[in-house]
Amino acid sequence: MSEQFFDWEYAIGFMPTLLEGLWVTIQVTVVAFILAAILGLLMALGRRSDNPWIAQPIGAIVEFIRSTPLLVQLFIFFYVLPRYGLRMPAFIVGTIALGLHYGTYTSEIYRAGIDAIDRGQWEAARALNFSPVRTWVGIVLPQAIPPMIPALGNYLVAMFKESAQLSAITVVELTLTARTIGTQSFRFLEPFTMAGVLYFLISYPSSLVVQRLEKRYAGK
Amino acid sequence: MPNEDNLFVKIRNYIFLVIGLLAIGIAIGVELMINPPESPPFDLLPILLRGLAVTIELTLLGAALALVVAIVAGVARASGNIIVRTIVGFYVEVFRGTSILVQLFWIFFVLPLPPFNLSLTPLQAGVLALGLNVGAYGAEVVRGAIGAIPRGQIEASIALNMPPGMMMRRVIIPQAMVRILPPFGNLLIELLKATSLVSLITLSDVTFQGLALRQSVGRTTEVFLLILVIYFLLAYPLTLGVRWLERQRQWAT
Repeated sequence: MSEQFFDWEYAIGFMPTLLEGLWVTIQVTVVAFILAAILGLLMALGRRSDNPWIAQPIGAIVEFIRSTPLLVQLFIFFYVLPRYGLRMPAFIVGTIALGLHYGTYTSEIYRAGIDAIDRGQWEAARALNFSPVRTWVGIVLPQAIPPMIPALGNYLVAMFKESAQLSAITVVELTLTARTIGTQSFRFLEPFTMAGVLYFLISYPSSLVVQRLEKRYAGK
Repeated sequence: MPNEDNLFVKIRNYIFLVIGLLAIGIAIGVELMINPPESPPFDLLPILLRGLAVTIELTLLGAALALVVAIVAGVARASGNIIVRTIVGFYVEVFRGTSILVQLFWIFFVLPLPPFNLSLTPLQAGVLALGLNVGAYGAEVVRGAIGAIPRGQIEASIALNMPPGMMMRRVIIPQAMVRILPPFGNLLIELLKATSLVSLITLSDVTFQGLALRQSVGRTTEVFLLILVIYFLLAYPLTLGVRWLERQRQWAT
């Protein structure tokens, strides 16, 4: 075993394996984000419903999911659901749990964005006798969604990092790949450092892009 | 939109959360009836409560470290010379730019080996990872709050010949506090939820006890539903506290 501080040869040797893990992380993140964006919108619309029997239970579910750790939710999806016949691969279970968890966060963004739409827009739509669907699709959402993009982008970056928790339910993504490499050679410095570098190389530039978008929308 | 002052609406809000908790209780009861355990059903709780003590200890210690780190790093990033600012900026961006789980694993698995030879107990590793990670987010909050104070306030303090310490105490901190407290409350909630990750480095918190119980007695459903309820009961009062703080802030500004 090498005595040097950082064994570059070893690090370069396992890089292809680590990049495979990164690819899984990216796939999980993208699919879970699409799920979170859709679920969040549904939750936000549900909470705004005029019928309290729809709005209040959805609100309670959102608060409950937000107030409990993603890791425990992952374990419930992975260990508890199969006991009742819901058996799915870890990748799918993990993606659904991640999307659901962050859906509760994105729903707050949608809620704030929709609340920011001027009353006059609603009144105008009603005066023109628009149907509710046409009001939402034609008037409210096209105005509400663009300013939400930076906030949604922040959660995309957060989900990319938090998807590491899926390693706990055996999804072979970046963190679990690094851990496996480390366990095999009993050198953890290189795999975990390189995993951190890969996370950083993607999330830091992405958060800079989000900041630029924030400035652009704030300048309007 | 429902009127916020309407008492009925307020109560109804919590009624559905209570109904949800009752539903979980019923689910646990049904599970106990379908698969009757060999041992009495209340033996789970003492073990989980022992884990709860670790979770609370970890939350408090992690929050204390995060608070110190956030204030020191936030102030250093807002002012100070360029070298300090660069070093602190590097720390903040690295901890915000990577996954907290990787940071935890790095501290727990890498530090005990050469060349560091720094053996940490799981509790120390957990507190360090949580404190440094949440501290980095907190530093940005502190920096933002200091930056949001109008320049005129600082110029006025200088014009009044206030010493820098007094300016901090009397002018900057009281105004920054109003902006800092609600996001710090949110960070505390995130920290509480992140403590569950230490179960992956063998620290026996609530989540770890749940995994251990699953292995030993196999009553997966009850165990994990109970754990969800425990975390919810810890985190939700904090959520309500943050909302209260936010309402106070609207009064203040």
